Amino acid sequence: MLRTEEMLLNVGPQHPSTHGVFRLVLKIDGETIVEAKPVIGYLHRGTEKLAENLQYTQIIPYTDRMDYVSAMTNNYVICHAVETMMDIKVPERAEYLRVIAMELGRVASHLVWFGTYLLDLGATSPLLYAFREREMIINMLNELSGARLTFNYMRVGGVKWDAPEGWIDKVREFVPYMREQLKGYHTLVTGNEIFMNRVKGIGTYTKEDALNYSLSGANLRCTGVKWDLRKDEPYSIYDRFDFNVVTRETGDAWARYHCRLDEIVESLKILEQACEQFPAEGEILAKVPKIIKAPKGEAFVRIESPRGEIGCYIASDGKKEPYRLKFRRPSFYNLQILPKLLEGETIANLISILGAVDIILGEVDG
Amino acid sequence: MVEDLLHSQPGILNFGIFFLLATVLLLVILGFVTYAILAERKVMGFMQLRQGPNQVGGRWGLLQTVADVLKLLLKEDTIPKLADKPLFILAPVIAFAPSFIVIAAIPFTDKLQFADLNIGLLYYIAISGLTTIGMVTGGWASNNKYALLGGMRAAAQMISYEIPLVMSVLGIILLTGSLNLNDIVAAQENVWYILLQPIAFIVFIIASVAELNRVPFDLPESENELVAGFHVEYSGFRWAFFMLAEYVYMFAMASLTTVLFLGGWLPLFSFLDFIPGAVWFALKFMFVVFLLIWFRSTFPRIRADKLMEFAWKILLPIALANIFLTAIIKEILKLF
Repeated sequence: MLRTEEMLLNVGPQHPSTHGVFRLVLKIDGETIVEAKPVIGYLHRGTEKLAENLQYTQIIPYTDRMDYVSAMTNNYVICHAVETMMDIKVPERAEYLRVIAMELGRVASHLVWFGTYLLDLGATSPLLYAFREREMIINMLNELSGARLTFNYMRVGGVKWDAPEGWIDKVREFVPYMREQLKGYHTLVTGNEIFMNRVKGIGTYTKEDALNYSLSGANLRCTGVKWDLRKDEPYSIYDRFDFNVVTRETGDAWARYHCRLDEIVESLKILEQACEQFPAEGEILAKVPKIIKAPKGEAFVRIESPRGEIGCYIASDGKKEPYRLKFRRPSFYNLQILPKLLEGETIANLISILGAVDIILGEVDG
Repeated sequence: MVEDLLHSQPGILNFGIFFLLATVLLLVILGFVTYAILAERKVMGFMQLRQGPNQVGGRWGLLQTVADVLKLLLKEDTIPKLADKPLFILAPVIAFAPSFIVIAAIPFTDKLQFADLNIGLLYYIAISGLTTIGMVTGGWASNNKYALLGGMRAAAQMISYEIPLVMSVLGIILLTGSLNLNDIVAAQENVWYILLQPIAFIVFIIASVAELNRVPFDLPESENELVAGFHVEYSGFRWAFFMLAEYVYMFAMASLTTVLFLGGWLPLFSFLDFIPGAVWFALKFMFVVFLLIWFRSTFPRIRADKLMEFAWKILLPIALANIFLTAIIKEILKLF
């Protein structure tokens, strides 16, 4: 046997495929990974600590910057937590606007994942096709909220702006268009032999592992666990829509890919129904006091973000700022399983595995 | 013409002519590289719903590559402190020189060829293998872990793909009975080898894309895994040399494909032979280049270990089977 030496390889924080400033310290033997150590915190901004000195409405823009690919769900989780504490009834129209905005955000988020994942695997074109559709969503959300990424759209008790005229029709038209484009994605990517080689059987874990590592979202559902908070603990008005929870059995990157693409289809179903049921008129903001003071006590809410379960815990001592705020950030929890998955894999597989987890560094580092 | 010159007495005049011709060819190739890069960016832009270069040199971006090269020339020449300096400087030259040397043997038309070698095909394959040494050297000399991994991948890839490449053209050699590229084209007078040797063509295209280090086989420099692979520490003109080598190889490989499978300068139908051979060559050549660009914008990158498996377990047996098949059919046809 030839004597080989282990080599220490630093992947990141500046690396094209770590999706931001994620760092992995790898011990490699040739191209085989012996040990992987994730290092996080390069994008830590102390959102939770900052929030302790901010009024509730002022916290909302900070949540935009956590998961910047799907800011709407983050907006929602903090508003939802405060509403739960204060027992505020959100007007119907506002709920629909929220759901439409969140589902559009989910589609956009999965599109970004699809594009960047394929880019990680070396295919350049799918990114641009995905971003063409995402651009339409971003433009719609821009019309709604006045921002393209950091929306700051939702407020405690409702939403900030009403939908502009004809906006709902735009969403309605987008649904069949997106369905058509998805077919194109499948033709270009899903059936590609090289792509299947890169993802099938890669980064496989079992149902038990997924639960033990507290994975959520598509990372959990790819193992066959049917768990989606929109169905299992319906919040907002999700109990009014007819959609399926997408699951796959194999638990590999291939399953995660399919889960995410099929979730786009389910989101489109929700969008279609929401546009149908959308109330013609009504309030968009409930009657809430000018300065929001959550009553003394604590609350924890959780919702389904595109990346998994995002939770928000608020401990209040009755002041206008929270005493303590904590976000359960799904990317952070989903990342935990990475060292276990990477052991014994090659560097090429590292990219397929890391990409399939779908992390957003703003969320991991908080 | 060149043949006559080769056999003439050495003197100032024929040295001058040779020098001039070589310069012309160099300019043609550099012109090709300039516009191949532009074409690649434009075609990919078209396929990816983008504009591509459209600022420098009019709305077609005709001078974009020129501007890029000038920028690379003006860049500071950086050599990492811990790099193996002589090797680091030598590596781009080793990678780049063979790419020009191989062009000498390619017949662009029946008259325009620099060296009519009897072992033309063998010469091409032997020389083109040298470039990998440049890549490995560059990867090693950079003293960077990513570069080292890229260099090792380059070596592994060359060993894997050179063999199916050679095996796939053996069928053609059997049919022609010659390694001379001129004879190979002449033998396609009636029917192109792409029709007689379809299996060989597919194997050859796959192996040649791998030889060119292009998507989906761009493992030595896979930017998403190894950042930039073997040339991660190179910048400025040294980096440009690696890129130049890559594109000159694209030129050479597309020419070779044209010569071997698409009938070189011969017209599509014999009644179209009033069109000059050079035009036919250019057309077929451009088709192959377009095919390579098309691959690049369609495929994801193949995995390193699958790449080896694919070469040894699939391509090589297919190529070998093709040789047997060709030989057997040829013998059977001889009986009648």
